[in-house]
Amino acid sequence: MSDPLSALAGARYAGLATIEEAGLQGMITLRGDLSSKTLQKAVKAATGAAVPQTRRIAVSDTGAVAWMSPDELLLLVPYAEVVDKTAALTDALSGDHALAVNISDARAVFTLSGAGAREVLGKICPVDFDVSAFKPGDFRRTRMAQVAAAFWLDEAETFHIVCFRSVAQYVFNLLMASAHPQSKVGVY
Amino acid sequence: MLILECPYCGVKAEETELHAGGEAHLKRFGPGSSDDEFHDYLFMRENPKGVHFERWRHVNGCGKWFHAARCTTTLEVFGTYTAQTSAPPQEIRDAITAKRPGWSWREFE
Ligand SMILES: [Zn+2]
Repeated sequence: MSDPLSALAGARYAGLATIEEAGLQGMITLRGDLSSKTLQKAVKAATGAAVPQTRRIAVSDTGAVAWMSPDELLLLVPYAEVVDKTAALTDALSGDHALAVNISDARAVFTLSGAGAREVLGKICPVDFDVSAFKPGDFRRTRMAQVAAAFWLDEAETFHIVCFRSVAQYVFNLLMASAHPQSKVGVY
Repeated sequence: MLILECPYCGVKAEETELHAGGEAHLKRFGPGSSDDEFHDYLFMRENPKGVHFERWRHVNGCGKWFHAARCTTTLEVFGTYTAQTSAPPQEIRDAITAKRPGWSWREFE
């Protein structure tokens, strides 16, 4: 088997905030009835985290679960374990109307950190990034300029951004432009 | 700028995060219907100055379809509600009545 490569091989840029392509991340799309006990148990077994509240992410030591829609979750697991975990989920949910798909290689992940992080995203997403409006653990799917994206904020005030792999370069360029040192607005 | 609250994820989404889906509560006339019914189903749409009901999709968000009741003259939004209904719910009708007494739209009032 060939070696897996992430979209932009760890590309990095430091401006108003620091942008880094985060490398390989195991990601599983899970669709089903989020109130099903079987599904909740399978999610916990795969990630160590419980099904989160609407527009939130639940993080554990070994993984995370993000709320994508009323019937969809995004499961984050170590890249090396994603194939096995997807199979285990499919197995556990064989009696449910549910679908688990490994989408790790169809997505790119970036981190955005530093004092200007809220402003950098605020320029390109129609989202309120005020500290009182967007808090650690919040998860949001939205539009990032011309493409769809999702992100969450962790306890260290770092944003984790997920986009389609096919637009990884576009998103990186967009974030770089938004983080240009001479483009400070100072809203957040 | 039109801002609609998605009833599924609670996001107050501005227009560019949404996709307009046309008139709400259309009844489909397909095989077995008359030519006139099929014609009206395909082509005849409301074009009101005032209260209007539409379908929208939270396309750059949770992806779900929902309904919105709004005023086409003022862009005022009376409310948004689930897609799993074929008629505006009572609380939406009440909200409209409070602002636009005597309103009517198709067979609804
Ligand atoms: Zn939504």
